[in-house]
Amino acid sequence: MIRLENLTKHFGAPSDPIVAVDNVSLEVPTGEICVLLGPSGCGKTTTMKMINRLIQPTSGKVFIDGRDTSEVDPIQLRRSIGYVIQQIGLFPNKTIEDNICIVPDLLGWDRAKSRARARELLGLAGLEPDLFLRRYPAELSGGQQQRVGVLRALAADPPVMLMDEPFGAIDPINREVIQDEFLKLQREMRKTVIFVSHDLDEAVKMADKIAIFRSGKLEQYASPDELLAHPASPFIENFLGTDRALKRLRLVSVDCAMAKDFVCATPETAPAELCQRLKGARVPAALVVNADGVAEAIIDGERARQAHAALADLAEPVRATVPVTADVRQAVSLMLAHDMPVLPCTDEAGKVCGVVTFRSIVDSLRGGGEP
Amino acid sequence: MSYDASAGRLRAASGRGVAPYIAFGVLLLLVWWLWSSGMAAEILLYRDDIVYLTIQHVELVAWAGGLSILTGVPMGILLSRTFMRPVAELVMQVFNVGSTIPTLAILALSMSFLGIGTVPAVFGLWAATLLPIVHNTYAGMRSVSPHLVESARGMGMTPMQLLWRVELPNATFVIFSGIRTALTVCVGSAPLVFLVGAGGLGELIFTGISLDDLPMMLAGAIPTALFAVFVDFVVGQLQYHLVPRGINPHR
Repeated sequence: MIRLENLTKHFGAPSDPIVAVDNVSLEVPTGEICVLLGPSGCGKTTTMKMINRLIQPTSGKVFIDGRDTSEVDPIQLRRSIGYVIQQIGLFPNKTIEDNICIVPDLLGWDRAKSRARARELLGLAGLEPDLFLRRYPAELSGGQQQRVGVLRALAADPPVMLMDEPFGAIDPINREVIQDEFLKLQREMRKTVIFVSHDLDEAVKMADKIAIFRSGKLEQYASPDELLAHPASPFIENFLGTDRALKRLRLVSVDCAMAKDFVCATPETAPAELCQRLKGARVPAALVVNADGVAEAIIDGERARQAHAALADLAEPVRATVPVTADVRQAVSLMLAHDMPVLPCTDEAGKVCGVVTFRSIVDSLRGGGEP
Repeated sequence: MSYDASAGRLRAASGRGVAPYIAFGVLLLLVWWLWSSGMAAEILLYRDDIVYLTIQHVELVAWAGGLSILTGVPMGILLSRTFMRPVAELVMQVFNVGSTIPTLAILALSMSFLGIGTVPAVFGLWAATLLPIVHNTYAGMRSVSPHLVESARGMGMTPMQLLWRVELPNATFVIFSGIRTALTVCVGSAPLVFLVGAGGLGELIFTGISLDDLPMMLAGAIPTALFAVFVDFVVGQLQYHLVPRGINPHR
């Protein structure tokens, strides 16, 4: 756990100081990623560097797992905290192996142990150890270098990681891939991560909590969903942009947004009976489900009411379904692409377990985002 | 930028490919001329002098060069430290002005307060050799990317570990270039120390010139030239092998 307590940093003359960080207090629970977000010059990097004491706080305290960092030797403190910067900072005179082993070497690990660790880490990141251990940083692509930069920070298995815009210099496609890789690693390792970013999409994707900074002040500290649902000030609302509701869609799973009380029908059902059943339901269409539980066709309630034909003639094929594990953004994309205002949701076996409608999405967004 | 660098490397490589053959051809012609004209026999009359004076010459260069490396590199490192930043540029300016003084004048000045003999000679050569070493060490240390320094500090290196494991290794290529230039200057100026009574191969060269005795002059000049080529070769090889592969543009 990381706790910042009234952390303040002044630069320049004491009589006329420039306030870089102004009385920031926040708490990051163990195993969570906290993204410090804000425009450049807002104090987010300074805040981060005060945690490993690359910058000395003017006042205030930082606690890591309850221990006051100002009472720890800064050299020892930094060796116990993983550190990744945007420019990567791999040492060009050392091989990838030696780069990864820097902190273990500083800590005096046994050589065999640290070298085995380097091999293991490269494997975790999908970089073939025999191919990369002996290479020099200049012989790697930018994306590979950044992966090694993250591995180097993980080498001594520190409980806390500081990451200063670690993926900022990577092209958008590779960035998505590396973000996913890191999240996958994080799910296993459960590090407590402070992650500086100026990219809202990255923050929403990576963060358990987002801290928004503005000219040195912490403006809001909340989960991404809460932040997007309830921005605390006009500045934040402006910073998040007019499409902030769309960004939330990624945070909600289909599971939470679907309506489970959908209406089942068979082609033989009488239209009048169907209309009667749809009247009470929140879903404007009925599904035709076969014996295996797979949706075969969809019948629009409005058309059933007007036409007096058999339902078999009104049934339309199911052009798309969405797995319940997907996020709502994917569901909406399918609804738009296939013109399906009622989209069946399937479990792993392919059985229908609910439907997503625009109504159900709006309802789920209204409910979510509470602190 | 990387394109230019690689093109330059290619050119250098092809230059290296041809140059030794040309040099070797010229050398063969010279040797042939020396033998056929009977000059070689006349030069070899000075065999004992050549051996004695060469040893003296090498000793002078070793002292001056060694001392200037031992003092110049630490001086360059010191100037590159953060706390020296306000005065570093000023000191470098003074060094630059100092380097415009011809070696002969430095020798004359050092003779005026150190007398004659080995001491003023070594001092003069040391002073003439110092600048390229200090200059390149300083420039090499300053050219180490601040991101490397930041990530090293962030990972918990002490200032000494930062210096030895990150800054110095990444500056070695530039420092070696400075040492190479400096030793070339040192070897080239070494014959002059005869003028302050320190001996060396300059004794044969200057005496030969005064007496208009070509064999005597060559008896000093040829070993001096060979020594200069040898030193440059050795430092070049050291630079090639000692600078880590990741930052060595020649490897």
